[in-house]
Amino acid sequence: MTVPLTVSPTLALPEEPGESLWRGAWKRLRRSPMAIIGASIVLLFVLVALLAPVLAPYEPASSEWTELSTPTFVQGPTSEHLLGIDRWGSDMLTQLLYGARQSLIIGVVSTLIGLIAGAVLGTLAGGLGGWVDTLIMRFVDIMLSIPSLLLAISIAAALGKSSYALMIAIGVAQVPIFARLLRGSMLSQSKSDYVLAANALGLHKRTIVMNHILPNSLGPTIVQATLNLATAIIEVAALSFLGLGQSDPAVAEWGRMIVSGQDRFLVAPWLSFYPGICIAITALGFTLFGEALREALDPKQRR
Amino acid sequence: MMLRFALRRLASLVPTLFGLSILLFAWLRLLPGDPARSLLGQRATPESIERVNESYGFNDPLLQQYLKYIWALLQGDLGTSISLKEPVLTAFWDKLPATIELTVVALIFAVVIGIPLGYYAGRHQGGWTDTAVVSTSLLGVVVPVFFLAIILKYIFAIQLGLFETANRQSSRIDAEHPTNFYVLDGIITGNLGASWDALLHLVLPGIALGTIPFAIIVRITRASVSEVVHEDFVRTAESKGLAASTINRRHVLRNALLPVVTTIGLQLGLLLSGAVLTETVFSLGGIGQYLFDAITVRDYPVLQGFILFIALMYALINLVVDLSYGLIDPRVRVS
Repeated sequence: MTVPLTVSPTLALPEEPGESLWRGAWKRLRRSPMAIIGASIVLLFVLVALLAPVLAPYEPASSEWTELSTPTFVQGPTSEHLLGIDRWGSDMLTQLLYGARQSLIIGVVSTLIGLIAGAVLGTLAGGLGGWVDTLIMRFVDIMLSIPSLLLAISIAAALGKSSYALMIAIGVAQVPIFARLLRGSMLSQSKSDYVLAANALGLHKRTIVMNHILPNSLGPTIVQATLNLATAIIEVAALSFLGLGQSDPAVAEWGRMIVSGQDRFLVAPWLSFYPGICIAITALGFTLFGEALREALDPKQRR
Repeated sequence: MMLRFALRRLASLVPTLFGLSILLFAWLRLLPGDPARSLLGQRATPESIERVNESYGFNDPLLQQYLKYIWALLQGDLGTSISLKEPVLTAFWDKLPATIELTVVALIFAVVIGIPLGYYAGRHQGGWTDTAVVSTSLLGVVVPVFFLAIILKYIFAIQLGLFETANRQSSRIDAEHPTNFYVLDGIITGNLGASWDALLHLVLPGIALGTIPFAIIVRITRASVSEVVHEDFVRTAESKGLAASTINRRHVLRNALLPVVTTIGLQLGLLLSGAVLTETVFSLGGIGQYLFDAITVRDYPVLQGFILFIALMYALINLVVDLSYGLIDPRVRVS
């Protein structure tokens, strides 16, 4: 096979010569205020999570100031504790900063689990077709027939109380979404001209799927993954709120901080408000960025 | 035509539900966690655990357990709750009304506020009202339901005292409950005060739960409307000299609603999972809260039965949505 060398580059050219889909998307992203705000929030969140030990004014999960959090009085903001004291007597700011870590780790790992497992299933289904496709999609249909949060709740409950249980539960609950999405976009790609051309050139089916169809189908999946990070972070909080996940109350986790503030709710509602606001802002960042990415990658937006 | 379509869709449900029952059964059994132990607590002796396992048939071969389960299932028996010692189906019928009431209020909120807002934003795209509507809908996506429930509870129930903080009805109200739909019960028994009280208990949880579908309905309606107004048939209607209100109602809205209806159907799954969280915050005692309790003690029959039931409801609702398509869009009826 020496012939394709001169033919395939011309065939593989995108509609606009010299500009790939991703480079065009990058250009549009830099111009979108939504993308910039979203990316800034995400970046800030990641930095806070990584640098929590440096940024935090005190040790996490200390119970140094337990006497400042009682059923009748909770210490509010002071110059030593900028956001006051948390439910268990640690510095609120410190706990919030460390909480970002938990959210980031569990959110990213669970989305990766969903993405990778879903991508493998989707690629197998879309690439092989036939009975493999039928079998996988039936399985995906079954999983989709259970609302994803309920699925995550039952998995987490079965696995026991730990952060790993949360990662697996939220990750597995995302698998069917990614599988179906990737299969769908692979199927639509497989009807396009460049696949026809690759077929005509006699390329091996696996090469066509892995080197041509798959890379071109990834766009919607990556957008979905970004948006799912937001959902995952909210779901982590939701599961912790229900008492699943990490059982040690000292480990800072935003969802559980909301719950633990509940018994001091009338005295110090901010115990629940601060972590809730953190969750909302983080989810906002990923959502804005994901939406902007979706718009930037949309072929209709080109020109 | 319609009937055959409905029947075919119903038939296609059978293998899905069958597969689901196998997966659920196998999977829940194979995972770690011992229902007998969580039922009896920390001080359980090996003998008492053995007795519980024996009486619930946990010692039988898995296949036998499954066949027994499925046979009972076909007769409408979802098993008996291990922790509450009552039939799952009974508890289900008992608690379902609370959840249905909550979901209906949430959905009414989402539709009644969401569609007009989305429609308005779609017709005035780019304006500041549009931006405001889109931002609000974004808030609905990023603020966790249970957190919103807590905020609403704090502002409107605790600070302003406008609504109730918990339960389905005030304890001072003496009401009969023939159907367990508290709002409906009040109307049936002629006790409108009880109905009103129950409704007041539903406002905050309904709004909290309703923000998820609200956000999505707003965005879909907006996108759909802004697409439809550029269609040829709208221009034709305009050039025919039809009144703006007629065009909006008969041409724009009707066509724009099609994707919205699908979305509403798809939201019901989200609503059911959101109900678990909302019911917990407001102690509403519906299936959401019951399911959560079942999870904490690993009550297998309850878990299996509920998830299966929810999947069935979910599928049936989607069927109804597909069928309602035909009513809105005559083109779908043919294909």
